[in-house]
Amino acid sequence: MEQNLANSPDVPRRGAPLWVQILVWVGLIALLVLLGLGLFRAQHPIISIGSKVPDFTLKLFDDYQYQHANQTSLTSLHGKVVVVNFWASWCVTCADEAPDMEAAWHYYQPDGQVVFLGVDYTDVDSKALDFLTKFEITYPNGPDLGTRITPIFNRNIAMPETYIIDQQGILRYKQIGPFPSLAEIRTAIDPLLSGR
Amino acid sequence: MKTKTLFDLVLCMLIFILSVVPVATVSAQQPTPSDDKVNAIARQLYCPICENTPLDVCPTQACHDWRELIRQMLADGKTPNEIKQYFVDHYGARVLAEPPRAGLSWLIYVIPPLAFLIGVFLLFRAFRTWKQLRKEPATGAVAGSDPALVDEYASRLEEELRKRT
Repeated sequence: MEQNLANSPDVPRRGAPLWVQILVWVGLIALLVLLGLGLFRAQHPIISIGSKVPDFTLKLFDDYQYQHANQTSLTSLHGKVVVVNFWASWCVTCADEAPDMEAAWHYYQPDGQVVFLGVDYTDVDSKALDFLTKFEITYPNGPDLGTRITPIFNRNIAMPETYIIDQQGILRYKQIGPFPSLAEIRTAIDPLLSGR
Repeated sequence: MKTKTLFDLVLCMLIFILSVVPVATVSAQQPTPSDDKVNAIARQLYCPICENTPLDVCPTQACHDWRELIRQMLADGKTPNEIKQYFVDHYGARVLAEPPRAGLSWLIYVIPPLAFLIGVFLLFRAFRTWKQLRKEPATGAVAGSDPALVDEYASRLEEELRKRT
């Protein structure tokens, strides 16, 4: 009987047609999935310790070169330990760390097994160059153009940060904040070097 | 005499060149742009390192440096679009107050008006339905239903109740 009442032609139909309802629900779910993915991406870096680091290219500042080129890529450094240091001229603790990073570069440079890359994060070029001149930084340095390199390592970066990649391109170590001393830098790098 | 004339001529040309070159250099350099001109561009950009802070009101030293960079670029004759492109190239499209109409960003421009139109349509339908319901006379327990069906249902209900009592 109730079914008869519900199907009676006199009872006005309620709600939108089925295809509209399906379309709205599919649209809403798709929107929520997109939103969720966006939030997930915003919170998580692309890589973590033990994972392969995707290739990136660092265009160097005008005064800098590495192997006679004004840019370098991670794949071209395969077989070497790569120390990627994120810094900025407006970052106070980066200034504390800078002399130790340069000293570490001088320590490892003769062997040629370790490469240091300075990545300048969201900075004004002239201020960045002043910073590099002030601390006499000689290892390859360049701006993170378009902020493409930073999100690979950390989407919510806390300056300075340093990431150490082994000879096979695997991320082995990360330092959030400045290294307290040269000894700490060496402690992070030495285990990755054969024969040390 | 001829040599002296030639010397005078060269000297005059040198003086003329030296007097024109600085003027040309100065005229290429625009007067220092005002804060208003700088902020007109800065408010179209967001601080790349602070969350959700327009560049014109951002109090950090880094933002001050960026505003000075805008002033310098304006003084160098760069257009607002060129300045904004410089910021996008250096810090990414996230610095733009108005996201570019490309990739997934276009959803920002499509979804709100689409949601508004859907809302208007649903409201229109709802109002129309309510209006129809108010117009129809009440014909029993269930308005708009067949009176014969309702009577039959009511009589069966009463019969069932009688049986139970």
